[in-house]
Amino acid sequence: MWALGLMLWMYGRDRLVTLDWLKKKFAGRPEIAQANVAALNAGHAFGETAEMSEYGPGYVVRPTAVTPGVYRTVSGTEALAWGLLAGKRAAGLEKMIFAGYPITPASLLLHTLADLKRYGVITFQAEDEIAAIGAAIGAAYAGALGVTSTSGPGMALKTEMLGLAIATELPLVVVDSQRGGPSTGMPTKAEQSDLFQAVHGRNADAPLAVLAAATATDCFDVAIEAVRIATKYMTPVVLLSDAFLAHAAEPWRIPDLDKLPRFPVRFHTDPAGFHPFLREPETLARPWARPGTPGLEHRIGGLEKDYDTGHISYDPENHARMTRARATKIAGIANDIPLQTVALGDDHGALAVVGWGSTYGALHQGVRRAREEGIDASHIHLRYLNPFPRNLGELLRRFDRILVPEMNNGQLVALLRAAFLVPAEGFNKVEGKPFKVAEIVEAIRERLDR
Amino acid sequence: MTVTTITDAELQPKDYASDQEIRWCPGCGDYAILKAVHKALADAGAERERTVFVSGIGCAARFPYYMSTYGFHTIHGRAPAIATGIKLANPELDVWVITGDGDGLSIGGNHMLHVLRRNVDVQIVLFNNEIYGLTKGQYSPTSRRGTKSPSTPQGSVDYPVSAGAFALGAGARFVARSVDTLQAHLVGVLKRARAHRGASFVEVFQNCVVFNDGAFDAFTAKDVAADTQIHVEHGKPLLFGAGKNRGLRLKPRKLELEVVTVGEGGITADDVLVHDETNRALAHMLVALEPPAFPVALGVIYCSPVPSFEAEVYAQASAASAGRGAPDLAELFVTKEGTWTVS
Ligand code: SF4
Repeated sequence: MWALGLMLWMYGRDRLVTLDWLKKKFAGRPEIAQANVAALNAGHAFGETAEMSEYGPGYVVRPTAVTPGVYRTVSGTEALAWGLLAGKRAAGLEKMIFAGYPITPASLLLHTLADLKRYGVITFQAEDEIAAIGAAIGAAYAGALGVTSTSGPGMALKTEMLGLAIATELPLVVVDSQRGGPSTGMPTKAEQSDLFQAVHGRNADAPLAVLAAATATDCFDVAIEAVRIATKYMTPVVLLSDAFLAHAAEPWRIPDLDKLPRFPVRFHTDPAGFHPFLREPETLARPWARPGTPGLEHRIGGLEKDYDTGHISYDPENHARMTRARATKIAGIANDIPLQTVALGDDHGALAVVGWGSTYGALHQGVRRAREEGIDASHIHLRYLNPFPRNLGELLRRFDRILVPEMNNGQLVALLRAAFLVPAEGFNKVEGKPFKVAEIVEAIRERLDR
Repeated sequence: MTVTTITDAELQPKDYASDQEIRWCPGCGDYAILKAVHKALADAGAERERTVFVSGIGCAARFPYYMSTYGFHTIHGRAPAIATGIKLANPELDVWVITGDGDGLSIGGNHMLHVLRRNVDVQIVLFNNEIYGLTKGQYSPTSRRGTKSPSTPQGSVDYPVSAGAFALGAGARFVARSVDTLQAHLVGVLKRARAHRGASFVEVFQNCVVFNDGAFDAFTAKDVAADTQIHVEHGKPLLFGAGKNRGLRLKPRKLELEVVTVGEGGITADDVLVHDETNRALAHMLVALEPPAFPVALGVIYCSPVPSFEAEVYAQASAASAGRGAPDLAELFVTKEGTWTVS
């Protein structure tokens, strides 16, 4: 009975049915019923408190793979770890410094990478979340790929350091495996409630790039993309994952290494005319000048810098200019990412179901079923959350209605409304459980009065 | 920012200075520390391109801007964390952390503890002025009890932390102390710190002329210095005083130091303790000495090196690759559970 309780936890099933059955079955022997109920509850509670998140909870059926190739099974955490290594390779960087602090459900990534030292990754378990991102920033400053990983409460602690990385314009990848909140919340349960935090959660005007992985295998590609954007634009990139993706496993087509993207980093070495905030005209990225390079000795920091010299400046107009430059640089990434495509259905119609992150499977199946019923719905799934793909507003306007299912209380929907003035509606679930396909179908029907 | 061209000529102290206007109050002790660092680097023949100064926030934290080396002015209390990342990424760099009593022992106390216990190969120079200068004079974690400040108008009621005792308690393998005005002594201590592999902790008593002027007069004023400072040197007797005839010895039958005068009451030079910088117990006793009963211990109080954190980390990493270099990522994708082909 104890094991059954644990199983119910692992698969995110309700205990009520079993509890009712036990009470009925042992109706005449309440002490036996009580013993069974206690054992069942204890098993369930064990799953909850032991934070055995790698075994559950939740299970979703994924669409079968069809692209020809050699396949294997991969978990979201493995795919993310390998994607970071592939990103390091693509950037031509010798070292990755991965710094983390134990936190559920992000620790798995630290454990996975700690075992991959032979691939040029140094893992560092820091004394706290702040030191973890600090070490990653220090590593980036010194010319390595700096990566840190955490979950919501840890993200909150990293906030000031993110501001420093933005002000000093250093490349950095921050993986946030989201869980239920606020505060300690529900550490083992998935949620998508750190989107606002990722996009806006810092003091001052402090823009950075935000990406989200949709499936376990997508983690691989998104990690590579995060490294590309971070190093090309000299910016922190927040990669949003969640408790569910961290543990989810699915078939993965082993990539052809020669066909993976390449975006070699060019460290600045020429002292002629150098200053640390000399921007590359197209990307507005500043040069990456590593300590150890003769003739490029310079000082950077969190104080505002002069646009033209890189020296400290409190000049009002210069601050406005630098604020705009930081914003324009991040906004400009929109010109360097794919246009938003439609995952399923037409690029116009009665209803667009717009999602992001680990809800991909449920939304996709929900829209598929609705379409089978003859409903004119399309599925749009966003990988790029800041900046948005440059055609997104125009694409959304081609739909009569926009439904945004999210495992939060309405975050992407607010960002879409603010960015595009579209009448997007939220459909929200914050129970620490993934959407069921039936819930999505029902929501679609409801919106279209079917 | 300044672009400096490296020449083969020997660098002078001034070559380590940047062209930036220094923004410390006139008369601040920070100037003297800056000068001592320039001199220590010149004496050691430090390469500017391999030298990095990392700081947090506070008056002292402006330090990197006045150096012609690499520099990173970070955020309050976090310099040790960033310095650790720098050393992990490139152990070849010579990294200095410049901090203060508020930055390093209040908001950044946690990072200070861990950078010391890990033994990351950096020099940490803590400017202790027992006050918050940049934010206009609030009492700090090293302020003596009863310090009147804008935030403690009736005087502070909490007890101060001893920087040296904290560092030793954190497991630091190099702990030294000096004073801003003791130029030659400070240069010597900084050079020892730089030469030490692993975390070196240097506390510098620094006078804040504006908010805490004279905080250390009790042992730094010219007329009392000789009798209130003991300059410790490895292998040398722990003697002080104008006539170098006062010394420290263990009280008979007690683990406690006392001040004795050689030639008085039957005390001979042989009674005086000899400084052993590798003796942690002695170091703990020395950092605790305070006037008026005792002199303040200055110099290299403790030095007992072990391999640095990053050296151990890299040893593990090279053992993992068994000297073969990084394998191809394709190896990573191989799985015991097996693969299948879709055609
Ligand atoms: S406030 Fe004090 S510590 Fe700060 S610069 Fe002025 S004198 Fe120096």
